[in-house]
Parts: sequence; C-alpha cells; structure tokens
Amino acid sequence: MFCEKAVELIRELHRISDGQLPAFNEDGLRQVLQEMEALYDQNQADVNEAKSEGRAELIPSIKVRHCCLLRDQRCVTAYLYDRLLRIRALRWEYGSVLPANVRFHMCAEENFRMTIVVLSQLQWFSQYKKSLASFMRSLGGGEGLDITQDMKPPKSLYIEVRCLKDHGEFEIDDGTVILLKKNSQVVLGVAWDILSCVCVMSVSLCPQHFLPRWKCEQLIRQGVLEHVVS
Amino acid sequence: MNTQAYLPVQPGVGMEENFFSLDDILLSQERLPVRTECAFPRLGFLEKSSDSQDIAEGTKMELPLWLSKGLYERKRRILSVELPKVYREGWRTVFNADPRVVDLHKMGPYYYGLGSQMLHFDSPENPDIAQTLLQTFIGRFRRTMDSSQNAYNEDTSAVVERLDCLEKVLFRSGQTGLHGFQSWEKGQASQLTASSLVLNYRKRKITDVQP
Repeated sequence: MFCEKAVELIRELHRISDGQLPAFNEDGLRQVLQEMEALYDQNQADVNEAKSEGRAELIPSIKVRHCCLLRDQRCVTAYLYDRLLRIRALRWEYGSVLPANVRFHMCAEENFRMTIVVLSQLQWFSQYKKSLASFMRSLGGGEGLDITQDMKPPKSLYIEVRCLKDHGEFEIDDGTVILLKKNSQVVLGVAWDILSCVCVMSVSLCPQHFLPRWKCEQLIRQGVLEHVVS
Repeated sequence: MNTQAYLPVQPGVGMEENFFSLDDILLSQERLPVRTECAFPRLGFLEKSSDSQDIAEGTKMELPLWLSKGLYERKRRILSVELPKVYREGWRTVFNADPRVVDLHKMGPYYYGLGSQMLHFDSPENPDIAQTLLQTFIGRFRRTMDSSQNAYNEDTSAVVERLDCLEKVLFRSGQTGLHGFQSWEKGQASQLTASSLVLNYRKRKITDVQP
C-alpha cells in the first residue's frame, strides 16, 4: 500500500506525545519524497495516455494516485509542522541556549537535498528566538519585559533554592558570584537588603541559597536548582 | 501541575478533520471494507489476493479511510463503502443496551472519530449511527468523568484501558485538574518545578547509555 512510510513518520511523533524532539528522520522523509516522485511520474504518463488515446478507464487509477500524493503531502507537512511546535516549546522550557544533545536532534544540515524548501530547523529556532526577543524588548514602554518569566504568579521577590547539580559560578546583578555546587553543605546564604540594594553576605551552614526569584526561575526549569517551599 | 509549552494541534470536532493534527492522520489510517464499482487498471499490486494487473470491478477489499474519502463521489460511483462491524445494526443494539460494559479501545480505538467520519458516506443508516454514537458517549461520560475526578494516586489503568481515544483525552484532563487542585490545597501550587520535558530528556539520556 502507498503512504505507509509517511504514516510511519507521524506514528514516530505520536509515540512521544510529551513534546520531546526525536531525531530528524531524514531517511524516512526522503523515502516519502521518492514515493511522491514515482506517483507523480506514473500519473503524468497515464494522464497523457488517457488524453491522447482517449482511455477514460484510466481515470480511477489516476485518482487513486492523486489521493496518495495528497496524503503524502499532508503527512510530511504535518510532520514538519509538529516538529516546529516542539522546537518552539524548547525555547520556553530550556531558555535560549539549548543543550548539545537536544540541538543534535534538529536538522542542521544545509545540504539536505529536498524538493520542497525546508528551512533548516536550527535556523528556524534562532529566528524564533530573535523575534521573541525583539517582541519582549518592545514591551513595557521600551524597558523590555521577559515574558518567559513568572509562569506562575510570584509571591515574593526572593525564593529559597537547593542546588541539585554542579553548575559552576553564578553571578547576580550586583556582581556577587555564588558557587553553585551539588549538595554542598557549606554554602553561602545571601541575605538581601532590598531597599538599599546592599547585599549582605554571610557564610552559614544551611545548604540552601536565597536568591532573587527571577534570576533562578530558568535554572529551576532546567533542573539545576530546586525550589524549597518552607 | 506543570504548564506545558508544547501544545499539539488538536483533532477536529465532529465530522471535520484537522489537516495538521497527528491524531486525525492516524484516525484516517483506519481501514474500511469497500467494494469497487469500476476497474482500476495497473493497480493490481495493491490487492494481494489476485495476480492480475488490474483491480477488477466488484472486488471486495479494505482501504484506509483517507483513500475511501478521497475516491468517494455521490454522482459517479467509483466505490461503495460498507460499514465496519461495530457500526452495524447488531453492534448498535449492544451499544444501546448498555454502553458502559463495552471495551471501546478494542472496538476502536477511534470509535467516535471513525463513526463521525462514516457519516461522510451516504448510507441510509447514518441517522441511526449518529444517534448511537451520541447515546454511547452520554451513557459512558458520567462514569469517565467521575473516575477521572476522584481517583487520586490510584492505579487507573484498568479504567483507562477500556476507553476510546476521545474519552482518554477527557480522562487525562480531568486528572490534571484533580492534581492541580490537590497541589493547590497543599500549598504547592506556587512552587516552581523543573520542566517535565527537561526531566524526561535526562531520563532518556541515561537509558541511552545503558546497553
């Protein structure tokens, strides 16, 4: 039967329904495109024959192939479109810098030969990033507003966090550098004087950091820090 | 509760199909029994049972929904579509008697979706099919909703197993609502959590390493 390969592409995405990006199935897509080329050529030949020799009985077969072409087209566009939705979600979940293993799953090859024009997915990601950034800059009367922050309504400016894995040094706006180290028992507890914006640092024995919420929301989403609700 | 950034294209409602929806594409892959009303030259390889080059007129075969829908025309009959067993009179009586005992996953799993799609093909039984679909859904809905909103931290696989794809989605959204409410009650709703997408990626990475 025709179009089996195309549906296989769709099944592949449907199996992973939580939004992860599977590796780009270049091979499968190429096979579908080859099938489409073959279908088109056969149809063209049959159409010519039906026209020149007046063989109307060929028309049902032409129609079958035409339906298959449309079906292949639908599956391929749906495959690519769903991948774009997943790539867009990555921007919101991971932030603007993607880990290498995730980036690998996008199609980065510029030389990928395709009959339909496909903008490389990495390129699409960076352009989406750019449009989102310029939109966020335009908000708030030129001040800019990060709309990927505060997905849940904030209750306080500062939150307590625990470090789950080594992340290295982390700089806060005023230049204070904190070392985020996995499960370290002696960590800096940073107390903030909000009004005067003076940072009072003290070394304490508590294994938790007290950090401005907007600074660590991204790190929590990435699983580096854990939000401690007391 | 986790806010998800990935929102897949929703399947179409009723008789409509959504072009980009993965669910609808898989739904239209379901096979229907059809009978050809004219010959299809040079496509004999699609029909495995005979060796001839063409598909002869009057051949009974199974075609996927998308192909039957594409070929079906009211004016010029190329093929006639027969009802799958579960939508026929006999099964309709079963569904009307007690819709709650039927295993719709086995019957479907796209029982409602495929049933609505069947209405595209002119058949004298269409009103009855539509009525049965509706009554089946109504009959089962109360129980689906009840169990999805009250089973907290319980093994629901036995219930979910017998649900149609549409009901499964409803069940899941009920569960999400329940979990969201429970976490709000415990005061955890404002806790920032790691993205489930990120966590799942990490899980997969570990399993990739292991042989």
